[in-house]
Amino acid sequence: MGEDGRFGLDRRTKLLGPVRLDSGAAFAPVEFAYETYGTLNADKSNAILICHALTGDQYVASTHPVTGKPGWWTRLVGEGKPVDPARHCIICINVLGSCMGSSGPASFDPGTNEPYAMDFPVITIADMVRAQAILLDHLGIERLACVIGGSMGGMQALTWASLFPDRVQSAIVIASTARHSAQNIAFHEVGRQAIMADPNWQGGAYYGSLDQPDAGLAVARMAAHITYLSEAGLTEKFGRQLQDREAKTFGFDADFQVESYLRYQGLSFVERFDANSYLYITRAMDYYDLAEEHGGILANAFQGTRTRFCLISFDSDWLYPTIESKRVVQALNAAGAAASFVELSSPFGHDAFLLDAPEMNRIVDGFLKAGGL
Amino acid sequence: MTALRPDLAVIADTIPAGARVLDIGCGDGALMAALRDRKGIDARGMEIDPVNVANAVTRGLAVVQGDADADLADYPDNAFDYAVLSQTLQTTRRPDLVLDQLLRIGKQAFVSFPNFAQWKIRFAHMFGGRMPVTKQLPHRWYDTPNIHHVTIDDFKSFVKERGYAIDGEWYLAGEKARGAGMANLLAEHAVFLLRRQA
Repeated sequence: MGEDGRFGLDRRTKLLGPVRLDSGAAFAPVEFAYETYGTLNADKSNAILICHALTGDQYVASTHPVTGKPGWWTRLVGEGKPVDPARHCIICINVLGSCMGSSGPASFDPGTNEPYAMDFPVITIADMVRAQAILLDHLGIERLACVIGGSMGGMQALTWASLFPDRVQSAIVIASTARHSAQNIAFHEVGRQAIMADPNWQGGAYYGSLDQPDAGLAVARMAAHITYLSEAGLTEKFGRQLQDREAKTFGFDADFQVESYLRYQGLSFVERFDANSYLYITRAMDYYDLAEEHGGILANAFQGTRTRFCLISFDSDWLYPTIESKRVVQALNAAGAAASFVELSSPFGHDAFLLDAPEMNRIVDGFLKAGGL
Repeated sequence: MTALRPDLAVIADTIPAGARVLDIGCGDGALMAALRDRKGIDARGMEIDPVNVANAVTRGLAVVQGDADADLADYPDNAFDYAVLSQTLQTTRRPDLVLDQLLRIGKQAFVSFPNFAQWKIRFAHMFGGRMPVTKQLPHRWYDTPNIHHVTIDDFKSFVKERGYAIDGEWYLAGEKARGAGMANLLAEHAVFLLRRQA
């Protein structure tokens, strides 16, 4: 497939679609930005889809074009890693609604030749998955050997297995959940309100304007970032230490290291992310409740499934705590699915899945190899 | 392949190909792997220790981290042909409730446990005046995971009280099977196959 332009780094394509959205609308055409690593084998049995999280992107294992940082999951994906381009054909697609090249609120609406902004349809996690399925059709990949995702990526992996059971041989769901809790929705609402309260947001029509809702988006990121860490992790990293000063200033500068750190997280985030995308994707996550469309019974989402599942949670993750993974496991057990689940210990909270987690790697590696991958 | 622990060997030999099996307290999945390799059985497991779970998953086994005392309620009625509880009953907080769960989830249940009335243990207690520390029960009173010691006779009368039927019983001393005669005195381990009465 060496000459096949559909495969490789930094691919872009526009497909007719349409994506049939949960809202009832049909979205077309659909732009996709994605990357593939490794080669699809002759019987197309080695395709692994990596699903990214809220603010992630397709650059799972290659340098990010804006930040210049290495791929966001190079600890798991890459040469000699559990997900290895030497053995697997790895696909990572920027989700629908995002801002790294796939259709989102910042994309041009072919109808008006203006950015969609708030005319972009409200989407769901299932819509993201349906869009991905359209791209995989285009790539000629009928069956996925595995769908892997952490956080919102895990929601997509579960949705993949539920929507397209025959296309998903196995799913690895890390630090994730089958529904957004009231607390999850509450934190997202704080972020959205921060963005929409920024006068530069301008009802979402800030594209092409000099005034960007950076302050609002930065605050949204700061609030969210706290939920990705743990109290113990913050204490260990920062404690009450002061930032570049000997004493408190009796003012509202970033006296504390933790304040300085959060401000930096907020400011660097606005360089690479679109505020409206943040609104749309957090909304999609909040609408997510896999049981809802199955009569409130999560097991029904997986009835008769032949997909193998592996769930991993982290004990210090309070965003999607272990109990949420156990709910999924309970449903999988009730559905008679082949499910594995382990809670790993880490001080790093929700973010643990992106950090050095040798035990996670060992489990993913073993699970994939046990599936003949 | 390393040899199976004798009680697990009995269970592995008895379960027929094609059976649906849940191994509760499956450790690193030794029995599940044997059932898969010898009989093509796609067993499911539950294990409390995360390192054991990880080891089992890397062997390709479907094992979930869970606690027999708390998490068996997650499984539907009659989900399995066999529920297996090997060397775990004596570590549970409520063995009676766990046994009820086994026979709700499984049509039959294998239960194996160390016999606390085996003569070496009786001797250690009688003459030593201390809680016994033996090869089969190597822990001291304060660090033992075995919080509900049980003897073969205790177990049999308990099973009768609960209204369950015994479909099979195996007794082990050393690494070997032995007969039922004076099992309560002579057997180190027992394996029972139980069934709900109609």
